[in-house]
Amino acid sequence: MLNRISTFFYRRPKLVLALFLVPPLIWFLVVYIGALVTLLINSFFYLDGFTGQVVREFTLQTYAKLLIPTNLQIFARTTGMAILVTVASVILAFPLAYYIARFASPRMKTWLYVAVTLPLWTSYVVRVYSWKLILAQEGIISWFARLIHLDGLLTWYLSHDLVGGPSLAVSPTGIFIVFVYIWLPYMVIPIQTALERVPKSLIEASGDLGATPAQTFRTVLLPLSFPGVVAGSIFTFSLTLGDFIVPQLFGTSSFYIGKAVLTYQGTSGNIPLAAAFTMGPIVIMIVYLLIARKLGAFDAL
Amino acid sequence: MSDTAILFKNISRHFGEVKAVDNVELEIKDGEFFSMLGPSGSGKTTCLRMIAGFDRPTSGQIILYGQDVSNLPPYERPVNTVFQDYALFPHMTIAENIGYGLMIKGIPRPEREKRVEDMLSLVRLPGFGRRKPSQLSGGQRQRVALARALINHPKVLLLDEPLGALDLKLRQQMQVELKNIQREVGITFIFVTHDQEEALTMSDRIAVFNEGKIEQVGSPADVYEHPATPFVAGFVGTSNLVSGEVAQRITGSQNRFSVRPEKIHLAKANEQPAPDMFVANGSVRDVVYLGLYTRYLVELEGGGDLVVVEQNLKTTSMDVTGVKGQTVQLFWKKDHVNYVGG
Repeated sequence: MLNRISTFFYRRPKLVLALFLVPPLIWFLVVYIGALVTLLINSFFYLDGFTGQVVREFTLQTYAKLLIPTNLQIFARTTGMAILVTVASVILAFPLAYYIARFASPRMKTWLYVAVTLPLWTSYVVRVYSWKLILAQEGIISWFARLIHLDGLLTWYLSHDLVGGPSLAVSPTGIFIVFVYIWLPYMVIPIQTALERVPKSLIEASGDLGATPAQTFRTVLLPLSFPGVVAGSIFTFSLTLGDFIVPQLFGTSSFYIGKAVLTYQGTSGNIPLAAAFTMGPIVIMIVYLLIARKLGAFDAL
Repeated sequence: MSDTAILFKNISRHFGEVKAVDNVELEIKDGEFFSMLGPSGSGKTTCLRMIAGFDRPTSGQIILYGQDVSNLPPYERPVNTVFQDYALFPHMTIAENIGYGLMIKGIPRPEREKRVEDMLSLVRLPGFGRRKPSQLSGGQRQRVALARALINHPKVLLLDEPLGALDLKLRQQMQVELKNIQREVGITFIFVTHDQEEALTMSDRIAVFNEGKIEQVGSPADVYEHPATPFVAGFVGTSNLVSGEVAQRITGSQNRFSVRPEKIHLAKANEQPAPDMFVANGSVRDVVYLGLYTRYLVELEGGGDLVVVEQNLKTTSMDVTGVKGQTVQLFWKKDHVNYVGG
């Protein structure tokens, strides 16, 4: 009986393919794409300020409200933060990924791999809260600064509006540190994978042809691992754009996109404006990917 | 001193307990096409990598044109390598690949482009400069790898089984081409291979490697006709080793000897051996018709086998297969016997 079923499917490879693909495709279309389309539609409705009801009529007035200077500032602030977090992640992740991919023994590699991904096994919220303790006024960093008599420098640093705040735990710098901390694994793994795919003989060939290790890095290793850097940056960039918990916990009064969406949607029930806000990161990501493609990031895929 | 390209002084390379290269002494002459022949794991590739600088000897010295290079990094050695997998940079065009060494040296673009063009025509790939490595066939990539190495005018060119990935026809064609290019540029070539035919075809001299040591160094004819050890006799060509009592029956001594299959003559009925010949009796156990020639496996009287090869000058496949099972006499010249000891 089982044999006959197998034969039945063997003769109809297209049916097998359909059976495998239809469920995930339905899930994907309804849950992912469907939700996005609903968002898009909602962003063209508006909230009647008098009744507090959403009016389901096509209008651009929500977008007009979105593009006021205060909101544009939120977009700029969030994008700037996402860029900084991404750049810092690349700088921190690359040497580590390089070591894991090219030098570590197989045993060491396993351990480092576990070490990099281990934080992902615990709750995101718990880890974020633990940073609250580290960065707080009475936290370990302030304590250490006092210990080596650099607390003056810390206070001076925190007095600048652009980076500082009442304490590290309530400042853009704090947001930045925590973002880099939580997204770093998403940068290490793709870079490491990309570096591992570069054959050893290419590096030897480059040295053989007279290139110093620094030249080999610039002309061979970096271009060939660039797709990994871009893949990692898509994670760090988009996750930073959309996150609302970290700015909520560590932020000053300045809004970030995620926090703005939460406020409009949850607190004031302005779903159209929240939806329009969500279109922001999508547009920014599309622009980002277009730039990445222009830089040749996907050529090697 | 200028006559010597490379000198290995007591070179050893150990990987933990494994002696990949064990106390090797070797001299390679300037302008020579030198092959390192041996099975995989015999240490030949490790020797090549130590010349290139990818690997450093555990002990001993490597002298390159009078200079001790044992501790120099690859980018400070005047040698270039053609890799087994070609190792072309996938993100660069063919022209950029070939010009890479010159670009690193800081040679201005106009001169670089001209020399790349010259190289492309030397390896018979004119007009391929704009393509990417992925758009080329295996044979073409191989030639690009060769051009990329030769453009730097290395003192020694190292080739690590460069023809291994090519099919038979292309490989034979490349063997001739490589030899021609070597004559044209006059650079010392060191060629690593496990293919004895390839080594015999191209080399001026061959070093036969086994288990980290060199068994024999000599010209192709030397190595083939007068193998110094049983290993060489077996690895280069078909072995045909005879020893002990059977040897005594034939030669009158128990010394182990080898004789090449094509030197043995399958005697016709009533044929008499010349006085300078050895004679052996046996029966044909197997016949393989191979078109150009036929291979016989003859079981000797008293034990042991000899492989005999005869060209099919007049015989057809029908004739030769009929010989199977018959008793035959084998003749061969005493000069063609090698006493290999061991």
